[in-house]
Amino acid sequence: MPAAIKAIGLGVASLAFMIAGTMLGPRPAVAQTSFLNVSYDPTRELYRAINQKFEEETRPQGKKINIRMSHGGSGSQARAVIDGLDADVVTLALAADIDEIARRTNRIPSDWQKRLPNNSAPYTSTIVFLVRKGNPKGIRDWDDLIKPGIQVITPNPKTSGGARWNYLAAYAYGVERRGGDQQAQAFVAQIFKNAPVLDTGARGSTNTFARRGIGDVLLAWENEAFLALDELGADKFEIVVPSISILAEPPVTLVDGNVDRKGTRAIAQAYLEFLYSPTAQAVIAKHYYRPMKPDAAAPQDVARFPDIKLVTIDQFFGGWDEAQRKHFADGGIFDAILKSNR
Amino acid sequence: MSVRGKSQTRSRFRRPSAIPGFPLAFGYTLTYLGLIVLIPLGALVLRASSLGMMGLSGVISDERVLSALRISFGLSFAAALLNAIFGLVVAWVLVRYDFPGRKLVHAAVDLPFALPTAVAGIALAALYAPNGWIGQPLAAWGIKAAYTPLGIFIALVFVGLPFAVRTVEPLIVEIDREIEEVSATLGATRAQTLWRVVLPPLTPAILTGFALAFARAVGEYGSVIFIAGNIPYVSEIAPILIVIRLEEFNYAGATGIAVVMLAISFATLLVINLIQSWSRRRFGYV
Repeated sequence: MPAAIKAIGLGVASLAFMIAGTMLGPRPAVAQTSFLNVSYDPTRELYRAINQKFEEETRPQGKKINIRMSHGGSGSQARAVIDGLDADVVTLALAADIDEIARRTNRIPSDWQKRLPNNSAPYTSTIVFLVRKGNPKGIRDWDDLIKPGIQVITPNPKTSGGARWNYLAAYAYGVERRGGDQQAQAFVAQIFKNAPVLDTGARGSTNTFARRGIGDVLLAWENEAFLALDELGADKFEIVVPSISILAEPPVTLVDGNVDRKGTRAIAQAYLEFLYSPTAQAVIAKHYYRPMKPDAAAPQDVARFPDIKLVTIDQFFGGWDEAQRKHFADGGIFDAILKSNR
Repeated sequence: MSVRGKSQTRSRFRRPSAIPGFPLAFGYTLTYLGLIVLIPLGALVLRASSLGMMGLSGVISDERVLSALRISFGLSFAAALLNAIFGLVVAWVLVRYDFPGRKLVHAAVDLPFALPTAVAGIALAALYAPNGWIGQPLAAWGIKAAYTPLGIFIALVFVGLPFAVRTVEPLIVEIDREIEEVSATLGATRAQTLWRVVLPPLTPAILTGFALAFARAVGEYGSVIFIAGNIPYVSEIAPILIVIRLEEFNYAGATGIAVVMLAISFATLLVINLIQSWSRRRFGYV
């Protein structure tokens, strides 16, 4: 049918014309260096402060730098980078997400975690409990979370990086205090049995607990718990520190493939190294992340961090790769727990 | 009664018309549909095809997927049904009665269209949570709304309402009131007038409203996740399961569930369309 072909041709041609028209419009001149830091959800306030300091430090050298930020769930941020988001540096919640970028694209070398000090983690954090003021349910440690009638609020480990740390901290406690993997699995299953809501992200859980008034205890990043006290009132909640928790290392790295193409390697590398500088370390402690070099931070900031026995993912779970495969993959232990809890 | 259904010759590709511009308009339609609808759907099917038939049947036979599909489609169906009934009532009231604030109500019906779904979800969760305005009295009655399947149902009713109202409204406007009067003078009871005179011509539009509300509810994500609780096997909808698969970097698994949802939706819409064309033949309305 020639009429149809002609019709389609006309349609395509005119659409192409319209698209071309929008693309030929005026464009801003690219004079300043700009780069993109793709990060996870709760770091908004932290990186706003760090970026400001970095811009102040580089200004005397005559450079004008424009740092763009992108925040979101750690896993979906990693997926965006895999699918082509132009990140110069990634600063995510867990190494597994960066491993995934390395595995699925050739933009990051597989030994990325050895390139910067401290497993490429300029700051660390841990998992603590947030309870209602006066601790009415008397929650002191992980054991109290499995008592009947206690409601535990945590995001879903499948959709939230923070929740994976929650899960692993509970699991580590189970192994340490209850004797082994099998007992740990049963222990974690009981905790999730007490969870009435599984939000998709850490901020969602904080809202459910703090604003909706659901639950007796929130499993949270230490920095989120402090932030909740700041923003929602220290008269409403208090932090409870469990006897064992996990050392959460949110790592940072260059996306080599992107910086080499854009010519931003030098500045992006300088930015990552800046995270380890005394200036940045002080900002980090101020925003409730545990600095790698506490000496550089204000003593009163450091004093806020309680002493906890922290296990690490490397010694306890054999690294993220292993933990991911064993616990969180499709059909892994976490799926088995959900099934057994039906 | 005026005869509205004009007989059309369907077999011909191009109907001679006094209005020019048919090739351009038709070309636009095809290109546009291709870019916006067909190519993305094709990509979806292509991605899922990496699963193969075995993989796809594995997706369907997984108990958790099954329960999520049951929750999604079951609650969407129930919500669309409620919307079809009460949407008709709302539309009727808006067209037939004049009351103070009518224009406000009229505008309010469209709000669920305009509101970002995440905002709707957070607002609904705040209202229906045990410490919320509506949740508190409900909790006193022993009813839990937020973070249960009931919460999902509430969110789906909310997002689907405008579809049900706006599709039947124009038809109610067109109804000739004299027909109802004639029906009454011929001795029909009120119920008979409603069932045999008023409702039949509205049926196709009610079905369209139902179908649109249903389709919208099945794919709804933003408003549901905040009020659902997202507990597997209890209040986990299929779209969340898709997101979970994506977080596992399991693209094939995610598209597998999506294709199954698409197939069920397609079948449902097809059935609704068949009922619609049957009701058109039966009642002779377009």
